[in-house]
Amino acid sequence: MPKPLKELLDPRQAAESVASTQVWKSIFRHGYPDSPRNRALTMISNVFLHLHPIRMKKHGLRLRYTWCMGGLTFFLFLIETITGLLLMFYYRPTPEYAHYDMQYLREDVPVGITREIHRWAAHAMVITVWLHMFRVFLTGSYKPPREFNWGIGVFLLVFTLLLSFTGYLLPWDQLAIWAITVGSNMARATPFLGHEGPGASLLKIGDLNLVHAGDDAKFGLLGGRFVGAPALLRFYVLHCVGFPLLLATLIAVHFWRVRRDGGISGPA
Amino acid sequence: MGFLRDLVNAIFTGPTLGPVLIFTISVGGVLALLRWYRVLTRPKVAGAALVAAVVAFALSLGDHNFRLIVAKPDNVPIVMLFFLVGFFTWLALRQAALNDERIEQGKPPREAEESEKSLTWPDLVYIEFLSTVFVTAALLLWSILLKAPLEPPSNPTETPNPSKAPWYFLGLQEMLVYYDPWMAGVVLPSMIIVGLIAVPFIDPNSKGSGYYTLKERKFSIGMFLFGFVSLWCTMIILGTFLRGPNWNFFGPFQRWDPHLLFPLVNVDLSEYVWVHWLGVGKPNSILLREMPGFLAVIAYVVLVPPLFAKRLIPVDIAAKIRGSGLPKALGEVLAAPFAAKAFFAEMYQRLGFVRYNVLMLLVLSMMSLPIKMVLRWTINLKYIVSIPEYFFNI
Ligand code: HEM
Repeated sequence: MPKPLKELLDPRQAAESVASTQVWKSIFRHGYPDSPRNRALTMISNVFLHLHPIRMKKHGLRLRYTWCMGGLTFFLFLIETITGLLLMFYYRPTPEYAHYDMQYLREDVPVGITREIHRWAAHAMVITVWLHMFRVFLTGSYKPPREFNWGIGVFLLVFTLLLSFTGYLLPWDQLAIWAITVGSNMARATPFLGHEGPGASLLKIGDLNLVHAGDDAKFGLLGGRFVGAPALLRFYVLHCVGFPLLLATLIAVHFWRVRRDGGISGPA
Repeated sequence: MGFLRDLVNAIFTGPTLGPVLIFTISVGGVLALLRWYRVLTRPKVAGAALVAAVVAFALSLGDHNFRLIVAKPDNVPIVMLFFLVGFFTWLALRQAALNDERIEQGKPPREAEESEKSLTWPDLVYIEFLSTVFVTAALLLWSILLKAPLEPPSNPTETPNPSKAPWYFLGLQEMLVYYDPWMAGVVLPSMIIVGLIAVPFIDPNSKGSGYYTLKERKFSIGMFLFGFVSLWCTMIILGTFLRGPNWNFFGPFQRWDPHLLFPLVNVDLSEYVWVHWLGVGKPNSILLREMPGFLAVIAYVVLVPPLFAKRLIPVDIAAKIRGSGLPKALGEVLAAPFAAKAFFAEMYQRLGFVRYNVLMLLVLSMMSLPIKMVLRWTINLKYIVSIPEYFFNI
């Protein structure tokens, strides 16, 4: 057998000869990752993998310790970003079109499970954030030096819920507008800032109420007295741009700090 | 089967007994876990509990009304939440039980035995890859089997009954039964957020960092389990499956009858004090009328923390009661308040003034919810302070 053919048939040699081509070397700055040196290089020379350390304590690898919940939350966030982008091709955030576009997505778009994946992954993400927080609490991982990252985490939790909440309105069906109505009705009871909140009626100049249904916290949230076209647009912008950007930024900080604080927590 | 179903339905009819039972089970369950976690998390015991839950769930699915609500596509995640929270509570406490045993024998926790390092390529990347493949497969399956629902186009003139917030906020909506929106929707959620951020700063216990344990952190883990499992998750499950039209409570096998009406007989504290107890009628002045309520709230928030912090009574009184020859159970119950008091006094010594008071404010806010629940269930108390003129009801 000619030598090149023999090399190709032996997987080990084949891998090594691929790893020594100019193309491979231009992409990966290391040889085939089977030596400690090359495995370390794999982790640090790849922008995505370098989130991880080169080596870590064994207990931190165990599923029974981290439940991989933070990682899965991040993975679900990525799935949401991709499917969300696809959904945006088909969706117009106005009362005339929103519900119609949803029906179209449901019935006519080929391989029509994008909306399903987006919706179920959103539910799942809320659950995984909670379980991640649960795990972090039960392993005492908020204790020094990780106090700050725990705080970042609390904001991640809040923004995950708000991201989900703003998305809830977009189908523009009965479920959507009434759920958002129930939710946003709480805002009108904000102390001092909502027109049905304690203290709001004390804020007046002469007979003029400063806080009323036309300018209170609920109005600011919805862009109107009721859930209508301005609310839909607001929620759409926040859902597709505002909260994802906020979340992505905070996740970057969160991951950075996990590394800076010494990696996955462990016994002293 | 039919008999069981009728029994459950009979128990759950009416506005009070249902919630009382649900919260008793969830609070009692967490307390039992805290007390007997070593036995309860043994694989055989926990496995039996899981089998029992799955069997009960499967049998219940045979009921039309149960299926109607549990199998709604949007409610599937809450069924998952139920089983996942149960599973992970077990997983954590089981590891805590094993570790606590080791620590008692003078050995380090299991995590410490695995402190040699391993390369993240391939070990970690491999695990992450498998997890994502698994989740992707599950998600695809879920999406193929269950179509995302779409209701009729929005119609501002036709309010559905019940109107429910998204499921992850149902805990807040359930709090509306006991609190006004400014508390349930604004103040208490803000306290939850602030309280969570404050956790690392009010828990100075340096033990139990980086491994599972319960023995070394009973108070903090107990508080967290109480807030997250007994209150938050329980209220979500209750709000999703058992709250029907008009936010009435329905048993798991009952039909959601929109015409069901329960007369409300709720009474404010001012009514109790001025009308029922003093027999003089409510005073006209708002301030005077609500004075009893204000005093109660101020006493709760301002007086309880220092009362608990000071060593007013001998520290060992709990031990004396326990050792006084009373029947064991009775002795435990009588000693409990004194033991709690001694515990908080000791806590004050450890935390110092500021941390102690922040902690107490948060704990008291959380506890105000079950307290209001119990007051409602027992004496129909609606508001402690009630000034509807200014939307100020507590
Ligand atoms: C979008 C939401 C979130 C994402 C994507 C995320 C992601 C992650 C990841 C990947 C890790 C590495 C370890 C692991 O997987 O468990 C981690 C660790 C951590 N997370 Fe999160 N997280 C989120 C929310 C939260 C929340 C809500 C909290 C707490 C309130 C939190 C607090 C922490 C802390 C303290 C650590 C360090 C844990 C340790 O060293 O063991 N995170 N997070």
